[in-house]
Amino acid sequence: MLAQHQRASRFIRLAAAVSAVAGIVALGGCSSGGGEVDSKYGFPTVEQVPDSEITVWVDATRQPAVEAFEKANPDIEVNMVVDDGSASGSGTFQTKIGLADQAGEGWPDVVFSTQNNDASWASKPTNGVQAFAAPINKGFFDQSFLDGFTPGALDPVTVDDTVWGLRNDLAPVLFWYNKPLLEQFGYEVPTTWEQYQELGDKLAAEHPGYTLGSVGDSFTGPFVYYWSGSAPIFQVDGDSFSSDVHAADSEKVTALIDHMVANKTLTQDSVFGADFVADSSKLVAIPGPAWYAGALFQNPNSINATSGQWIAAPPLSWEGSDEVTGNVGGGVWYASSHSKNLEAVKTFLEFVTTQDGVAGTGGLPAYQSAADTWLNDQAASGFFGPDFATSVGTAAESVWSGWGYPSFSAETAYAKVIVPALAAGKKISDVADEWQKEMENEATVQGYSVD
Amino acid sequence: MSALRSSAVAGSHRVRQPRAARAAAGAGAQARIGLLFTSVYTLFLIAFGVLPTLYAVFLAFTRDGAFAGVDNFLRVFSDYRFLPAVMHVAAYVVVWLISLLVFVVLLALVVQAIRIRWVSTSVRFLYYVPGALAGAASVMLWLFVLDPSVSPVAWLLHALGSDSLVQTVQLDTLPIVLAVIAFWTGAGGWIVIMYGALNNISADILEAARIDGAGAWSTAWFIQIPLLRKWISYMAILSLAAGTQLFVEPRVLSQATHGVVPQDYSLNQLSFLYAFKQADFNGSAAISLLLLAVALLLSVYFVFRGGLFERE
Repeated sequence: MLAQHQRASRFIRLAAAVSAVAGIVALGGCSSGGGEVDSKYGFPTVEQVPDSEITVWVDATRQPAVEAFEKANPDIEVNMVVDDGSASGSGTFQTKIGLADQAGEGWPDVVFSTQNNDASWASKPTNGVQAFAAPINKGFFDQSFLDGFTPGALDPVTVDDTVWGLRNDLAPVLFWYNKPLLEQFGYEVPTTWEQYQELGDKLAAEHPGYTLGSVGDSFTGPFVYYWSGSAPIFQVDGDSFSSDVHAADSEKVTALIDHMVANKTLTQDSVFGADFVADSSKLVAIPGPAWYAGALFQNPNSINATSGQWIAAPPLSWEGSDEVTGNVGGGVWYASSHSKNLEAVKTFLEFVTTQDGVAGTGGLPAYQSAADTWLNDQAASGFFGPDFATSVGTAAESVWSGWGYPSFSAETAYAKVIVPALAAGKKISDVADEWQKEMENEATVQGYSVD
Repeated sequence: MSALRSSAVAGSHRVRQPRAARAAAGAGAQARIGLLFTSVYTLFLIAFGVLPTLYAVFLAFTRDGAFAGVDNFLRVFSDYRFLPAVMHVAAYVVVWLISLLVFVVLLALVVQAIRIRWVSTSVRFLYYVPGALAGAASVMLWLFVLDPSVSPVAWLLHALGSDSLVQTVQLDTLPIVLAVIAFWTGAGGWIVIMYGALNNISADILEAARIDGAGAWSTAWFIQIPLLRKWISYMAILSLAAGTQLFVEPRVLSQATHGVVPQDYSLNQLSFLYAFKQADFNGSAAISLLLLAVALLLSVYFVFRGGLFERE
């Protein structure tokens, strides 16, 4: 009995010690950052260490921009970490910051994200740790620098008059078409969604196998078709979220996609997949963002178009409705509020967003002067037709403002419900209610009230 | 110390208790070496097993540092993603565990029955090789196999009615796809272990069975498989623990399919979303504890059912 008692008390002592250590670990995880607001920057900063290395998280596409900065600024040491840029709602950015918040250390100084909705969480303190993103219009950047961005470019990263990030590029949806093919078939370039669908019917009847776009990626449905079609499936008003798949415009987009998937003029191949590239000679036209320019057409690993083959036309809209369009990403640069070298961060961000040839990284730069240079260069090369600058300019000014930026991505619910349904031969109209429910459920768990 | 003392005593009375003293001294040395061997493991177990578990218990029953009772568990239970995730994991574990148990034992019996030595060695090596690939890497490899546009077995996928990766990884077929991936990665090691266990069965018993007229199947069914019972239980327990923690396979498939395989497919993924999408570490810990409880209960069942701690 005595031995047993001794064993038991030893066990209790050990358990108490282990619990104490666990408690200390737990309390350590709750340490908060920040303190006094630094009037120079407009948020609580850590002690600054001039000349310290800055850590930059970017995706592979942005890697050359960072390398260009390193070359131009050899006195600033950069630790570049390449990740997936949080593409397709993977949440890499949020995940890694969540870990750093919990650990109380390990934050990067600059992050590039392909998701415009990251500002909605990166601007909020979590678990007692100050918001990761640094507010950049409270003293960090001069207003004159911020005014240099294309009007509306910083809207997605602005919460209650505070700007939390810098847009890298703009991604308005245009209508791209294959000029030689369209001329060979004797078709007119459509200017409305109705004409686009009619063209689909003609093409399916007269030239089966040829296509007018893809719904194979989870971004194309929501951002290219529903957003451009001014469908209110993803709307935010303060802390409330709403989705209406039965609104008139939502049903029109659903009917359009269902119709063109059925007549096989919309393919279900991913635009980044091997099958899409293999069949790209049969692609007659495709509505898509400005960054298709570099990602698809001027990419040797994708469509690899020749000059004058693919033309950028103004975006499609509904007959008799406002001429609006959608938007597919357009990445954002975030400065860390935990950085101990904010001056280097500022220099870096100014360089990558404004420098000609670097800003926009192949797409339409969000900074107006860089955008002008890019558009002029593209127009001068004549690669995408003589009206390229006008088409892109029209698209950039007409992104539909009814779309919302909650803290979750429109892609996940679409990927979960619609993409598998289409692959299984169902119509979007069959699962539209399920899709709306999924979006509303997502909004609820993220803390939004659902209207 | 007591071992040393008894050794000294034994030295002075060598004639009276030589064997017992020597045995005591040997046991003492053995105990010290045993402690040395297990100490590093124990330290790591405390640092990376016990402490994180206690931290998870602390998180699961608190909210903002204050005691929250079972609130975190109730929140998780009422989440619309919870029940589907439970069903997904259950379906996967059932498919995988049954196929693992059946095929590993079957393949081990087949390998053991091969009498040509180099063939047997080569087959065992081949079985073992896929296990050398780490989890995420093997899923990457399977992505190519499952995508009809690049797969070396595209004809088979087409024959099964799949023309794209999205069609291959539809929700209803996913438990089978995941089980195939996990089997391919993990079964080789178990086959080698089962092969070793089969070799341990006394030749006399097999000889007796043969004399009694048992064929290969009867010997396997009535002699070999019952004698493998403990090993099968052991495999079931470890595989069950791994199976309920399903994460890497659906996570990589989810990224590769741009979310068609949902990010909340398994319970561990849901726990991950709680922690890193919702910054809710308390809810995340609650799910982890539930998983631990279920795995422990099922393991206890297998331990007693398989007689793992029985001595012959």
